[in-house]
Amino acid sequence: MRPLDLLWLVPALPIAGAALNGLICLFWPKAPKATATLIGVGFPGVSMLVALAAIWQYLHGTNPAPFEQTLWSWTAGTFSIPIAFLLDPLSVVMLFIVTFVGFWIHVYSAGYMSHEPGYRRYFAYLNLFMGAMLLLILANNFLVMFVGWEGVGLCSYLLIGFYFDQSFPPQAGRKAFIVNRIGDFAFLVGMFALAAKYGTLTYSKIFPVVVGAPEALKEHYALGLTFAGFVALCFFIGAMGKSAQIPLYVWLPDAMAGPTPVSALIHAATMVTAGVYMVVRSNAIYQLAPEIGTFVAVIGAFTAILAASIGLVQNDIKKVLAYSTVSQLGYMFLAAGLGAYTAAVFHLGTHAFFKALLFLGSGSVIHSMGGEQDMRKMGGLRKYMPITFWTFALGTAAIAGVPGLAGFFSKDEILHNTAATGHWGLFAIGLFTAGLTAFYMVRAVAMTFFGKFRGTHDQEHHLHESPWVMTVPLLVLAAGAVGSGWVGIPELLGGGNTFHHFLSPVIADFSNRLPEHAAEQAEMAASTEWLLLIASVLAGLIGIGYAFKLYGRGEFGGAVWAKRFPAVYRLLDHKYWVDEIYDRLIIRPLGAFSRFLWKGFDDTIVDGSVRALAWATELTAEGGRLSTTGNVRSYALYFFLGVLGLFWWILR
Amino acid sequence: MTTFLDLLLGDTLTRLVFLPAAACLPLLLLPKGNAKATKIYALLVSLLELGLGIAYVAARWVPGGGFPLLRDVAHGTGVGNPPGLSWIGAYGIRYDLAIDGISMPLALLTLLLLPIVFLASWKGIEKHWRSFTAAFLLLTTGILGALFAYDLFVFYMFWEVMLIPMYLIIGIWGGERRVYAAVKFFLFTMAGSLLMLVAILWLAFTYKELAGVWSFAYQDLLRLDLPLSTQVWLFAAFALAFAIKVPMFPVHTWLPDAHVEAPTGGSVILAGILLKLGTYGFLRFAMPLFPHASVKAQPWLVGLALIGILYGALVAWVQVDMKKLVAYSSIAHLGFVMLGLLAFDLVAWQGALLQMVNHGISTGALFLLVGMLYDRRHTKKFDEFGGLAAVIPIFSFWLVFSTLASVGLPALNGFAGEFLILLGSFRTLSWATVAATFGVVLAAVYLLKMLYLTLWGPLTKEENKSLKDLSWREMFALLPLGVLMVWIGIAPGTFLAPSRPALESLLSEFHTRAVETAPDEPMLRALPALAIDASADTPTSQDGEGR
Amino acid sequence: MSLPSSVPVSWFLVLAALLFAIGIAGALTRRNGIGIFLSIELMLNAVNVALVGYSRLLGERTGQIMVLFVMAVAAAEAAVGLGLFIAVYRQRRTIDVNRLNLMRW
Repeated sequence: MRPLDLLWLVPALPIAGAALNGLICLFWPKAPKATATLIGVGFPGVSMLVALAAIWQYLHGTNPAPFEQTLWSWTAGTFSIPIAFLLDPLSVVMLFIVTFVGFWIHVYSAGYMSHEPGYRRYFAYLNLFMGAMLLLILANNFLVMFVGWEGVGLCSYLLIGFYFDQSFPPQAGRKAFIVNRIGDFAFLVGMFALAAKYGTLTYSKIFPVVVGAPEALKEHYALGLTFAGFVALCFFIGAMGKSAQIPLYVWLPDAMAGPTPVSALIHAATMVTAGVYMVVRSNAIYQLAPEIGTFVAVIGAFTAILAASIGLVQNDIKKVLAYSTVSQLGYMFLAAGLGAYTAAVFHLGTHAFFKALLFLGSGSVIHSMGGEQDMRKMGGLRKYMPITFWTFALGTAAIAGVPGLAGFFSKDEILHNTAATGHWGLFAIGLFTAGLTAFYMVRAVAMTFFGKFRGTHDQEHHLHESPWVMTVPLLVLAAGAVGSGWVGIPELLGGGNTFHHFLSPVIADFSNRLPEHAAEQAEMAASTEWLLLIASVLAGLIGIGYAFKLYGRGEFGGAVWAKRFPAVYRLLDHKYWVDEIYDRLIIRPLGAFSRFLWKGFDDTIVDGSVRALAWATELTAEGGRLSTTGNVRSYALYFFLGVLGLFWWILR
Repeated sequence: MTTFLDLLLGDTLTRLVFLPAAACLPLLLLPKGNAKATKIYALLVSLLELGLGIAYVAARWVPGGGFPLLRDVAHGTGVGNPPGLSWIGAYGIRYDLAIDGISMPLALLTLLLLPIVFLASWKGIEKHWRSFTAAFLLLTTGILGALFAYDLFVFYMFWEVMLIPMYLIIGIWGGERRVYAAVKFFLFTMAGSLLMLVAILWLAFTYKELAGVWSFAYQDLLRLDLPLSTQVWLFAAFALAFAIKVPMFPVHTWLPDAHVEAPTGGSVILAGILLKLGTYGFLRFAMPLFPHASVKAQPWLVGLALIGILYGALVAWVQVDMKKLVAYSSIAHLGFVMLGLLAFDLVAWQGALLQMVNHGISTGALFLLVGMLYDRRHTKKFDEFGGLAAVIPIFSFWLVFSTLASVGLPALNGFAGEFLILLGSFRTLSWATVAATFGVVLAAVYLLKMLYLTLWGPLTKEENKSLKDLSWREMFALLPLGVLMVWIGIAPGTFLAPSRPALESLLSEFHTRAVETAPDEPMLRALPALAIDASADTPTSQDGEGR
Repeated sequence: MSLPSSVPVSWFLVLAALLFAIGIAGALTRRNGIGIFLSIELMLNAVNVALVGYSRLLGERTGQIMVLFVMAVAAAEAAVGLGLFIAVYRQRRTIDVNRLNLMRW
């Protein structure tokens, strides 16, 4: 049997692991803990091996055509959706990232969570997440993608609220789920529009038709948009929720209430990038809706800079990383919106490695600090936990864009594409954000690992390097943070830009049908390219240097700026009051309105009119009752009058 | 010649319908003080009935294909061999039961919920177990009869038969304001159904005028082509009766009260089946009988369905009583079903029918769970809960699971139905569908609030610290529902296939008639509107003829 | 045997109407149960007179047969009614219908 034929096992195994651990958790609470680890890490491990084998076979196959595997179908009326998987270059990249990074985070979790009472439950959720994420990326149609899409949302809800006996984490989980659902609503509408037009949701049936007849998508559809524009907008709103873009990014920082490996896996490496994946997957539609593409890019750029600016003043180590994630996702959308789909996926891949590494590193620090997350109470950890320090520093260097590391190549690719399409304003934002990124990440490194320890005495005694189950994943991911960029070295630097060419079959080619598309990608002079490259390196280096100057000696040099611009500092510190604005503007009025509907409308008007009717009936009855005098002679009179009436009726 | 007794003793729909009613008689022989014997008897009868129902369907349905239209008596006596037995001959009223792909899933759901109701009431119901059993058995007879009736008079009779046991269930075994709730339920339902009776009589009189003979038969009355103005009035009468049952805004206010006061079993059947009779009525009677009026009323009813979806969701969100929250959620969910029906689209209709079953399963499970919590704590107020996940993990698992099914999480049943409804409606009712889709967001809002207020957060109340987790009995009650939630969610095809041919022919007939202009005078269509399916000549009906 | 032909049917009807009016007036105004009873008998007999008159006019026996029925029913009614009033009298020591108003709202 070929490994490719076992593709269905890739998502099925983690789901089975989740079911098994879940059942044991409910019905055999005293089961040995080792079984939880064995199932919880083993199933995703085997799933990764199958995935790697399938990828290997796919890449070395004689026939490079996309591989599809159909399990069964949903059919209603004339509408049929296969439950089927697809392996093509894009899903190969995603599959590798998700299974590989996912597996190592599972390994890490076995160490990080080992003292938690909900150990087995944790693995059940985490495996379920893996299964759902794999469904999302392996789907060959939008419906199965949506199944995975909501599935990861559910797991995110459960894992953010993992510490359910406190009040904040479940609330954060609920917020994540609901905000995601707002996006899902638009995603659904987009799917309905597609299905209504094409009668199917399968990629391989829609996209070739789109490429074959692009004019059909350029007709006016709704909201003043073309069909392509409408679908693209709906899908992007879906992506806004999942990938935390303005205005739906508010859930991601709160999601840090979950265990740290969860933040690494779900809220950095995999789930939050699903939106980017979806946009790239539907690139055939986005290419036909340039106005929405620009919108995507603008939202991405603004999210990048907004989140980075908030990240500047955060003191919680995980919050810094959370805003950093939002910001980096903004970068990816910047690229995707401008049509640089491969650059977006490239950054998605490198980001998965270095951001997972950074989160796991922060987890290692938090583990050692006994749960403390405030960087003001850390400092000088460099000498207590060298492996964590070096890997964390490497991750920081990668995200800051130090030449040669992963983030340098992918971020440069994005900035290059921004400039190449002539969006200099967005380029400036991207460049500035790169500097901010370098600054806040180095600030975090400095506050955590440099200077003197600022925590309590007890904590200092307790400081230790993490066990090998946690440090090995750090080392593996650090290798990825260094090397994953090498697959996409641009031609300017003597590379072959292998990654771009590998993914190009997935990008719809309209050059035959719409010649103006081909002309858009203007060639740039090599000297300009060099200038851009130097500018982006410089931005990173300035950020790094300035952060070291302010924080390098264990002081909070940023306080100077806070004093100089107190209003700005308050604005950033309160995250632009976005949560508060949503609360006042949407949640509370809606709550008041609902209560009015219930008490004022349902109880008073609707039910009140019913009660009024009942009351009127009762009143009539009370009145009629008075005629029952109990006196025979009055009855006789009624009788007499009745007879008279009858006579009148007959004789009139 | 076939007689009623033959039908009752044969493998027929009649036996399915009347077995529960007949099973009430031995209850009199059971010892009065021995509730346990009654419980066991009730459970056995309901299981037997379920087994008979499954056997009936399994013997006549090839998996993967459509479920045929089957009649107890396909060719009765009389001019032209009309189906059924003559009952009140002078007025052409015939006892005619039939099952097809539309009524079959709902009937099986009814039979499935019955043993679950008895299991779930095992501890919660303390008094009058014999009457309790009898009420539910009679209710089952009424529901099945209404689902199978192919004669409008017989339908009306069973429709009213359902009413009384439910009235008693709420009024006798209910909560504190049970009498108020029971009377309200009774009056609302009765008000609507009386108007429907008038409309049924009107149809029969018109038929008599045109055809010269009396008939209340569904297939005969379908041949009536009425002027638009008449259609509108008659449709309004039918629609009101069904809308109250669904319930649609603004005639929904009986539902929260009825649910809050009803005992657990009553709520399960009420939400699981009785509400579906409303939507079933639209699908089976109101729309096919009055196609032009349906099309004319579509915008209004869509508006009401949308209001129901959004309004039910918002009001559910601010409830402080767990059961009331679930009750309002029913209004929102049934709004989706109505939207699907009003789209007059095959995908949407299939989705709507699936969603009727789904809502019975997942909301049924939610009511069971609320009842189980009530049995333990004797309250349903959110204030009294919080942090229960730490004490009763198995209960929490089930609550989360059922809630997610109700939220419409993909890979669980609710999603399959909602998705198909919205997908089908989008083509004809685009903007309404978009608005309804937003209801999906609100569903997450109020149902996750319920989870948060009961299961999550710190465990503060002292009384909650020693709660007992679910017993095996309770888990057995939930298990079939849980299995169905996953099964329907993953492979809805199995559940969609049987109903497809029936819905398809109903819909194509509907569209054919709706595009013709309505006549100025009542007219009779030449051909039977629904040709009696060739597959009606099954062994059963042939047996019937042979005797 | 038949009545003299010079008596026109209108006489019968006038007599019946008068009797009936007296009966109604009595039934509505009397407070004594027995009195009401007598008035009702008067009304029944007014009808009898009318029936007999018509019977003669139309030359049919049906009217006379009806009269016999009415008389029989009236007799039965009188028996039951008197029995009731005696029973009531034993209980309440009165048969004034104004004071027999147990059924009052």
